[in-house]
Amino acid sequence: MSREDYEVVIGLEVHAELSTRTKIFCSCSTEFGANENTHVCPICTAMPGALPKLNEKVVEYAVKAGLATNCSISQDSKNDRKNYFYPDLPKSYQISQFDKPLCNHGYVEIEDDDGNKKKVRILRIHIEEDAGKLNHDEYSSGSLVDLNRAGVPLIEIVSEPDLRSSGEADRYLKKLKSILQYINVSDCKMEEGSLRADVNVSIHKPGTELGTRHEMKNINSFKAIQRAIEYEIDSQIDDAENGKVIQQETMRWDDLEGRTFPMRSKEDAQDYRYFPDPDLVAIKLSDEYINNIKENLPELPESRKVRYMEEIGLSEKDADALVSSRRFSDIFEEAGKICNDYKSVCNWLTSDISRILNEGEMDPEEIPFKAKELAELVSLINDGTISSKIGKKVLEELFKEPRSPKKIIEEKGWVQISDESEIKEVVMTVLEANPQSIVDFKAGKDRALGFLVGQAMKATKGKANPQMLNKMFLEELKK
Amino acid sequence: MEEITTLTVHELSKKLENKELTSEKIVEAYAKRIEEKEKDVGAFVTVTAQQALEEAKRIDSENIDRENNKYAGIPIGIKDNICTKGVKTTCSSKMLENFVAPYDATVTQKINSEMLPSLGKLNMDEFAMGSSTENSAIKVTHNPWDLNKVPGGSSGGSAAAVAANMVPWALGSDTGGSIREPASFCGVVGLKPTYGLVSRYGLVAFASSLDQIGPITKDVEDSAILLNMIAGHDEMDSTSYDIPKIDYTASLKNDIKGKKIGVPKEFFGEGINEEVKTKLREAIEIYKELGAVVEDCSLDVAEYSLATYYIIACAEASSNLGRFDGIRYGYRAKDFSNLKELFTNSRTEAFGDEVKRRIILGTYVLSSGYYDAYYKKAQKVRTLVKNKFDECFKKYDVLLTPVAPTTAFEIGSKLNNPMEMYLADICTVSINIASVPAISIPCGVDSKGMPIGMQLIGNRFNEETILNVAYAFEQKIEFRENYKPSC
Amino acid sequence: MKISKEELLHIANLSDLKISESEIDKYLENLEDILEYTNVLESASIEELDETIGANDNENVFRKDEIKEFEGRDALLQNAPDLEDDMFRIPKVIN
Repeated sequence: MSREDYEVVIGLEVHAELSTRTKIFCSCSTEFGANENTHVCPICTAMPGALPKLNEKVVEYAVKAGLATNCSISQDSKNDRKNYFYPDLPKSYQISQFDKPLCNHGYVEIEDDDGNKKKVRILRIHIEEDAGKLNHDEYSSGSLVDLNRAGVPLIEIVSEPDLRSSGEADRYLKKLKSILQYINVSDCKMEEGSLRADVNVSIHKPGTELGTRHEMKNINSFKAIQRAIEYEIDSQIDDAENGKVIQQETMRWDDLEGRTFPMRSKEDAQDYRYFPDPDLVAIKLSDEYINNIKENLPELPESRKVRYMEEIGLSEKDADALVSSRRFSDIFEEAGKICNDYKSVCNWLTSDISRILNEGEMDPEEIPFKAKELAELVSLINDGTISSKIGKKVLEELFKEPRSPKKIIEEKGWVQISDESEIKEVVMTVLEANPQSIVDFKAGKDRALGFLVGQAMKATKGKANPQMLNKMFLEELKK
Repeated sequence: MEEITTLTVHELSKKLENKELTSEKIVEAYAKRIEEKEKDVGAFVTVTAQQALEEAKRIDSENIDRENNKYAGIPIGIKDNICTKGVKTTCSSKMLENFVAPYDATVTQKINSEMLPSLGKLNMDEFAMGSSTENSAIKVTHNPWDLNKVPGGSSGGSAAAVAANMVPWALGSDTGGSIREPASFCGVVGLKPTYGLVSRYGLVAFASSLDQIGPITKDVEDSAILLNMIAGHDEMDSTSYDIPKIDYTASLKNDIKGKKIGVPKEFFGEGINEEVKTKLREAIEIYKELGAVVEDCSLDVAEYSLATYYIIACAEASSNLGRFDGIRYGYRAKDFSNLKELFTNSRTEAFGDEVKRRIILGTYVLSSGYYDAYYKKAQKVRTLVKNKFDECFKKYDVLLTPVAPTTAFEIGSKLNNPMEMYLADICTVSINIASVPAISIPCGVDSKGMPIGMQLIGNRFNEETILNVAYAFEQKIEFRENYKPSC
Repeated sequence: MKISKEELLHIANLSDLKISESEIDKYLENLEDILEYTNVLESASIEELDETIGANDNENVFRKDEIKEFEGRDALLQNAPDLEDDMFRIPKVIN
């Protein structure tokens, strides 16, 4: 078998929790991590007689998301009930949107596997409520239902099956995440489950009909999504090559085992019996309402990128790296403005900070320090208070325990030695200890200077001002 | 003092005002009456007369400003599908036999702020599904005019309690006739307000787009008074209308000269009992005497409405009753070995036959492949029914029809034939389908002495006109003075 | 309208209700009766009409995004048939 013989077709349904203060249909807090069943009321626990009332911010945020992904906004929308029994769904129906979603037919732009621009079409974006959480305690004989999350607002962003590889899927997801963060409608914290995706994968030979798809539900990390897609592609191609018919199925991705399992059998096929929720009324958005949101939409990553290239003179690669995350881009802008050295800030972000994040498998959102601390670090280097080598150590400290870089270098005694007599003393000591280098230098070996400066840095634990060292060694050597 | 419990609320209010009575005396009289009559009538699911008495004493001891709280201290009864914090709300179902709502319905809050002590929760058809209160899982309620007969339903406990003087007035709910039909069977006044006039927050939903809470009272004046208390916009109910407050008692006038009353001939067809028709024709003559302009008209919606009603109401119910899954409250089966069995056994054991029947029907009409043929079509017919009512109200102020095809029937006589029971709603359901208001008032009795009700239907948010037209008639025929229940 | 036994049992399963063998005929009869009655709708002229969605013409009824804590949490949880650590206990669900 060969992968090249098949075309892969992937579509994603992305669920993003909206960062409203309260739930979609009641006034309970959406705060993450509260004690079990404390953010609950008669409405989100489906007490008999309780009625939902739609949070205005949910509509606004969904419209923002639609506009930011080039969707047209529906002026005639409604809420529908999706009926099924599950213990995390208190009403036994989820209030969602069926045939009249708030947003239709948009797209986002990504790069395909060859680096060319590609539009991934979005079919629709609709609003709905999240379910509660089932806690499975291995020591208990049952499962326990916590409804704090029941009724937290979600948008579901449904893509067309335009993605052709796990890499494209990954870039699409990252793009969506960054857009949602830019427009401030979701914090997209995957570790808190606020961004999840259902993944549809099928394969077929080019020129033939589309294959039967497998849907994998609720995967909540970028890595897992990529792995799950890779697994499905391999297993479907395997099946196809072995003449096995692929059944339309809902699968569960097991991240530990690294494989998918069928979730339910055909016998209990779902029939959600969607119908308009009679407890809620029509959503009819005026041109004025939509235009107002459009005009106040925050600057999107594409536009920031252009600005960074044109106004600040960054390379496309650097600009791309910065706008890939809202947090990165915000730190860049804020720190650059404070220290008035955008390029240095860019370097820190795209090199050392990115490296530390990668090593720790962290998201930019998890950067613990503030932009002004990074700006201070850059200024301290620029004004010669510390060397860039010490700067890296300061950065590591900032990740460990964020505080003012000035304080850090004071505490640690990292202030750069720029006192002429002190430097002179070091230079003389190093020269005395390395007579061979003097000979080498005089013989025209420039490397010897570097060696001497290195020795001096070592002796001062990196604190000596390297420019001054350089200058003073040269003076002495030329004597 | 046997008189107290026969008085209307407006009469009691006067006696409180001029200190002939205290709230304690009134509540005491009702507590005693309930104690005597409950075993015969079976109107209550939960009696809270003791709490009501405590509250009455508190109200007496406080210097209530009677000017602004004319009815403070006059008790009330509440249908058992309206949530009351701290007191069981069972919906007359085994499912909610022990359910204590953690919150008050909006109407409950309103009657609390009016200082009306609650005498208890009143029996009904399980989850308001039925027309005779025989579908209660708690008890059978008997018609105070003839204890062998049904009180009507689903608000049978409320209507019977008012008729038997066990409460001065009561709250009911009406999805397809559940206030008006029992009011008619029990010879009292029942008003189904315009959809959206009274908040549904805290009313355990049967069919969300049809349910309305309304008053069941001894006379039209009390109906207007109670409507004043419960009507009004509610932030908690998205379907509640934000309209200016109206004083409904201002429409209690005898003058109806020139009012145009339409009599839709389709409501007087062969399915309607002759004695009912005769009494209504007499009523029409009385209206003519009072100076109203009465004309025959056409409103061909009764059968469409009944079919539409059973599709829409059951569809909504099948979804609304999904929350009764044995997890957060309500009945949980003793035996189950997995989650699906927990759901299925709990629901199967705790829901009564009629409830299950309607859930099955509702699930069917929403299910894949049938949605368009049933639910979608019914929603279109609903538009048609609304349009036809709109046409009528271009010509008439009020429409006059029977409430039910017959007077109260024998207990047990229709239990084995659900379809026959459904036909009892033929005159009332179109009103809910069209979201308009209607009042049921007694207009006489049949040859066996059972009350006959007349339905007056108004245009949306025009409760004033039907109250006016009902009031003038009531003043004329003096039903309460002439006829009294045996119990 | 004829409904098969299998169809009835499928609907019951969707509703999480159990219909015993002895009840099946009765359910089928009742269901067919009412569905047959709904045939009257065939004669309604509805071609040009929109569906009624919701019972009234309210639109855009929204709530402000302001937190209001519900104060009756304990009373709410008290109704649970099986409560453990303030959570609702159910048979083990393996995800």
